[in-house]
Amino acid sequence: MLTKGKVHGIIANLVIVNVYGPVSQNEICLISHDNTKLMAEVIKVSRDQAFVQVFESTRGLRVGSDVEFTGSMLEATLGPGILSRKYDGLQNDLDKLEGVFLKKGEYNFPLNEDEKWEFTPVVEAGNMVEAGSWLGEVIENWLPHKIMVPFKFSGSYNLKWIADKGFYRISEVIAVLTDESGKQYDVTMVQKWPVKLPVKAYKNKTRPFRIMETGVRVIDTLNPMTEGGTGFIPGPFGCGKTVLQHALSRQADTDMVIIAACGERANEVVEIFKEFPELIDTRTGRKLIERTTIIANTSNMPVAAREASVYTAMTIAEYYRSMGLKILLLADSTSRWAQALREMSNRMEELPGPDAFPMDLPAIISNYYSRAGYVELVNGSTGSITFIGTVSPAGGNLKEPVTESTKKAARCFYALSQQRSDSKRYPAIDPIESYSKYLEYDEVIEYISANISSHWHENVTRARDVLMRGREAHEQINILGDDGVPIDYHIRFWKSEVIDFVILQQDAFDKIDCVTPLERQKYMLDKVLEINDTEMKFSSFEETASWFKKVINLYKQMNYSPFESEKFNSYQKELDKMLKDISEI
Amino acid sequence: MTEKKAFQKVYTKLTRITKATCSVKATGAGYDELALVNGRLAQVVKIIGDEVTLQIFSGTEGVPTNAELIFLGRAPSLKVDDDLAGRFLNAYGEPIDGGPALSGKDREIGGPSVNPVRRMQPSQLIATGIAGIDLNNTLVTGQKIPFFADPDQPFNQVMATVALRAEADKIILGGMGLSNDDYLYYKNVFENAGALERIIAFINTTENPPVERLLVPDMTLTAAEYFAVEKREKVLVLLTDMTLYADALAIVSNRMDQIPSKDNMPGSLYSDLAKIYEKAVQFPDGGSITIIAVTSLSGGDITHAIPDNTGYITEGQLFLRRDTEIGKVIVDPFRSLSRLKQLVIGKQTREDHSQVMNSAIRLYADAANAKTKLENGFELSDYDERTLRYAREYSEKLLAIDVNIDVNTMLDTCWMLFGKFFSKEETAIKNDLVKKYWPEQPVK
Repeated sequence: MLTKGKVHGIIANLVIVNVYGPVSQNEICLISHDNTKLMAEVIKVSRDQAFVQVFESTRGLRVGSDVEFTGSMLEATLGPGILSRKYDGLQNDLDKLEGVFLKKGEYNFPLNEDEKWEFTPVVEAGNMVEAGSWLGEVIENWLPHKIMVPFKFSGSYNLKWIADKGFYRISEVIAVLTDESGKQYDVTMVQKWPVKLPVKAYKNKTRPFRIMETGVRVIDTLNPMTEGGTGFIPGPFGCGKTVLQHALSRQADTDMVIIAACGERANEVVEIFKEFPELIDTRTGRKLIERTTIIANTSNMPVAAREASVYTAMTIAEYYRSMGLKILLLADSTSRWAQALREMSNRMEELPGPDAFPMDLPAIISNYYSRAGYVELVNGSTGSITFIGTVSPAGGNLKEPVTESTKKAARCFYALSQQRSDSKRYPAIDPIESYSKYLEYDEVIEYISANISSHWHENVTRARDVLMRGREAHEQINILGDDGVPIDYHIRFWKSEVIDFVILQQDAFDKIDCVTPLERQKYMLDKVLEINDTEMKFSSFEETASWFKKVINLYKQMNYSPFESEKFNSYQKELDKMLKDISEI
Repeated sequence: MTEKKAFQKVYTKLTRITKATCSVKATGAGYDELALVNGRLAQVVKIIGDEVTLQIFSGTEGVPTNAELIFLGRAPSLKVDDDLAGRFLNAYGEPIDGGPALSGKDREIGGPSVNPVRRMQPSQLIATGIAGIDLNNTLVTGQKIPFFADPDQPFNQVMATVALRAEADKIILGGMGLSNDDYLYYKNVFENAGALERIIAFINTTENPPVERLLVPDMTLTAAEYFAVEKREKVLVLLTDMTLYADALAIVSNRMDQIPSKDNMPGSLYSDLAKIYEKAVQFPDGGSITIIAVTSLSGGDITHAIPDNTGYITEGQLFLRRDTEIGKVIVDPFRSLSRLKQLVIGKQTREDHSQVMNSAIRLYADAANAKTKLENGFELSDYDERTLRYAREYSEKLLAIDVNIDVNTMLDTCWMLFGKFFSKEETAIKNDLVKKYWPEQPVK
């Protein structure tokens, strides 16, 4: 018997409900309003009143309206057919909604109930299985989608029966399990999971070790991300956060990309909708949309659903990770989600923490980040969720609560700098402020030595040092003047500028320069360090500047040319000659 | 406001009155519903049990506890039809131009959002003739962009210029806390341009109560949606000044005893602003809403909560600055940004647009560095000297807001300046483009 209630109070999207029976925290309820039902989530219970946040506008809602509790938390519906879809924060299929405008209280089933999938069993009846065990497989777009024992099953079960190879709808029973007491359970191709709880159906979580190639030089070369790693990109507006995230979603070496557009601009999502069906993933030759799922809860969509959107996205990522896939999850922006928490905490008149954010914000953020990671599955294969979130610090101040809480939780820090952005040095990731903790991991160093080059790690450290020394020299020049410092300072500065212009800066809108494979990055880093190692003498600082400007220009032309093409090689020759001439003086 | 129906229940006992709100024991009121309190328009902002709290738009001065309170059974709305064109209205959507009452169909303001999958990607360039905009920060239909400006800067003039040159089917002005002089300025400019039949204005001046302003953006955008959706028109919405709108939000939230967040603004400021700006959209069947707004700054501080939140919502921002070298107002190339420019640059404009724009700005930045050097008493190199001379001409011929030329002329002007002051390497432009566009005879 499900609990019923009646609306007692309304303050924007916080509704107070008098309840006549048991309710649980985070339980979903439906509020009747003008022939529709508005979905809401319990966020606080006080005596016989439940405080619920409504995922819709409450305009016109009246006291006394009927409320039905559903007995379950907000759940994601998991099964074949999620790939390429565009969902809202509550996992409604946006394409299925009619009309140009969103209608209040309109919800739909996120999968296709009529579509038949070709199911191939991968285990035989009689085997023991547990939550997350692969029972069979269907092909979704191109991806071998595993049908698993639902995550809600605890303990081990005997697989009593499994369907033969054939075509089935997602709601048809494809396996029957029995528990120790002999009780039978039907399993279909679709399962549900409460989004706020992490899926734990894996053996263990290990330290990440493999580099996830992104084609963005300042990330791959200087601050590498790993498969199963976490990172965040804070930056004031206008520093290229979104361009960078889009580049990652297009270029990252991963099986599937899930984008949670949380409280951000609708036109940015539209850009993905428009471009991804056209762009080709160079690694697989398939359209980008075929490996992407988008959860769009843009800034004008209901605020309470923002929080839901990041959890829905994570749950979908965990589902696919359990199939042994590499998932990249991007959330733009986690600050908007934190703001949604703040709005609600404020309406509930909770005692505020810093900047009026709820006190438990750091815990909420770190819990969320901890759901990413590299896991060993129950059958011994591996899967990963790499999570990169953006943070929009108020006033560009990195000391604000969301940035600080995130810094504690994430392992990579890609600091976007206003200064670099103002001088149009894109991507505006500050090479000195930013870091990747993974560069300190022995596992990662080992992987790099074995797979890229044994000098790579050392070279990266050197490049960082050159940048640091260059910055110091630049400061000295600024204080003492061009003539006030030895020419060596200028050389040191310009050597760091070469790295800045050639490695760090990258034209996201140029077809060739926008993505640089690791092999090419290695080549370019070697070349740039070669310049750095060359002893050179100039008679004046003007001469230094003009020589280096020529070098940088040639390198930029190289970056714009296809790797090892005729053009590329001719620039290379010209550069080699310049370098030879200068070292002979 | 006179609106009374027969047999409506009249409440006559207010239980609480604050500076902006009043409460009454009543049943059956809907959230967001309008009411009249002694003839003043009010809106339901909180209901707890049988106590309903209402915000009175024009303030509670002189409201007695035995005031007559009637619920109107509807949310704020605007009467929309084609006759809206050419009208000047107040924040409630009532004529202030002496013309007849509106006769269109009632439409609730602050309506639902567009389903993101039904949006089209903005793709039509809006030409303004101002190089600081067309060349460096190209605007696109369906975009939302504010001017970040100090109160002493001529943002209203620039906005009026942009509006008139932009070739929109309708220009809808939402004036919030507009001074009466500025209101008359807009009216005159539009009249003189013979554009009145394309204009609709919702005006809240400094003489009106501040809380009334809260209705203006939604009124403006409801009218915009009517013309963009039903008439498939290109609608340009001008909102000035959004800072005063946000200030009104803060007043209300303060009187509702909400805990303020940064800069005493309500914690929901981001969502409140986003709901307005996100109405900018390119519809699938041709209509579009483009929003150009003004967010006035205090002492140029963009880290204040209002410009800061705005910057995260809008698709770029435009800064005006007085260039003392040439004595004119320019569109600041460093801080201004149009996020959607990539959608049209090099696609609807010439292939060299992107590279020329970037190089021109980079060289202008070098000039700024040279200027700092000069001010610090250092000697300038020959390159520094050239950047300074270049910057002056770049500012005068391109950045100044009184320039009115087409994009190709802007690009040609840049190439001319490059040739005049720099070597090909110094521009660092792709060789293919240099070959094609480098001026053959350097201009002396």
